[in-house]
Amino acid sequence: MVVLKAPFTEEKIRALKVGDRVEIYGLIFTARDAVHKWLHEGNVPPKNEVDLTNSVIYHCGPVVIEKGAGAKKHYVVTAAGPTTSTREEPYQAGIIEKYGVKAVIGKGGMGENTRLACQKFGCVYLHAVGGAAQVLAEAIKKVEGVYGLEKFGSPEAIWKIQVEKFPVVVTIDSHGNSLHKEIEASSASALQGIYSELKK
Amino acid sequence: MKAALQKKFFDSLVEVIRKTSTELPDDVVRAIEAGKSKESEDSSAKYAMEIITDNIGLAKKKSQPLCQDTGSILFFIHYPAKGVDYSVMTKLIQKAVAAATKKGYLRQNSVDSITGKNNGTNVGPGSPTIHAEPWKKDFFDIRLMLKGGGCENVGAQYSLPDSRVGAGRDLLGVKKCVLDAVQQAQGKGCGPGILGVTIGGDRATGYLNSKEQLLRKMEDENADPLLAKLETEITDEANRLGIGPMGFGGKTTLLKTKVAAMNRLPASFFVSVSYMCWAYRRQGAKVTAKGEIQKWLY
Repeated sequence: MVVLKAPFTEEKIRALKVGDRVEIYGLIFTARDAVHKWLHEGNVPPKNEVDLTNSVIYHCGPVVIEKGAGAKKHYVVTAAGPTTSTREEPYQAGIIEKYGVKAVIGKGGMGENTRLACQKFGCVYLHAVGGAAQVLAEAIKKVEGVYGLEKFGSPEAIWKIQVEKFPVVVTIDSHGNSLHKEIEASSASALQGIYSELKK
Repeated sequence: MKAALQKKFFDSLVEVIRKTSTELPDDVVRAIEAGKSKESEDSSAKYAMEIITDNIGLAKKKSQPLCQDTGSILFFIHYPAKGVDYSVMTKLIQKAVAAATKKGYLRQNSVDSITGKNNGTNVGPGSPTIHAEPWKKDFFDIRLMLKGGGCENVGAQYSLPDSRVGAGRDLLGVKKCVLDAVQQAQGKGCGPGILGVTIGGDRATGYLNSKEQLLRKMEDENADPLLAKLETEITDEANRLGIGPMGFGGKTTLLKTKVAAMNRLPASFFVSVSYMCWAYRRQGAKVTAKGEIQKWLY
């Protein structure tokens, strides 16, 4: 098990390899479809609220409830599994380049553009277990704030969350390796093998 | 339906939704445990399966949704022909869905396809989906499936012959299509998956029937020996693809396959594949004529 703690430096990211199991500690940002499109259109969130430089992005639309009132008002995340990452494939590489994003968390893997951006700019894709909304919500210790709640709606907003022991697996590293590319190729060749057996 | 019955029936429906969203049925948990035991120690596949089993326990304990995508809401219902008004029953189901959403058992998950608006209730055209048939018995059989978007998106329908897959109009061709669907899905459907497959029908009935196969118990055996054999073979062969839990690589790509056949037109030969994720949320209840849950069906 590798521990990845903020600050997320290029050195720490370059040390990660496909297959590593990682536990993340620190501040991360949720961002899904609406935010990726918005960033891609050239919008920049105010730096004092959301500083994406050297950040970790999580493809997630959490279920968040509001608790307390007045000064005691705060947010609690009650379910927070990853959403399918491929939808952000057209935008991800550009965002990694522009902000020096150091890690992208999601599920289902990403494509060639993201793999190449990870290699070039020192980023990794970290795969969380899809459907594990409760285990992952438990690893979220605090909601620091939210950006764009009005603009994007709750699931699509940028939630600033403090995580501890947040469990993921490296499936695209910064050295050009992608577990997704590998498994796709090996399963395609296994399928052809089974097909030729079936013909006999 | 009398007011007292309506109230009881409504409460029972909300409880069916809560249980479906937060607890996996025992037969599914057994299959997941069996899959976990097959993965090698210290592999990513084992690690994923451990997180999955932890998540199942945690969701049940906290009575919170297993997965934040609480999915398409699919009801399969038999109701007493005598004394139950279909439209009243349907309204109660919609009311129960809205109430379960408010309580957080369901995410605000239903979007107007034209405007993109989400009214936050999960009630709208096509949501919830209710398949209901009257019967002569004096109780309700209410089954619910919550099917998330990740796995629904990797479902597939083939029209044979299919030249890309190299599938002809026979059982060999059927098998090739189903294995192709599993390979195409990779880890995107949140595997290990469970397949519902229907050979034949038209495009709509084929897909619907393939979903209905997912109402069968994991351990049941197909009454048709030919299809029973096909089910076992597909699962075994898919597990040789090495895709594994979440697409991490590993031995457990599928937990089960369920196959059915419907008649087809001479001109059509469809193979419809519904992929269900490991978060296989389906539950059901026998509900008495008084609206009370008498027993759970899974």
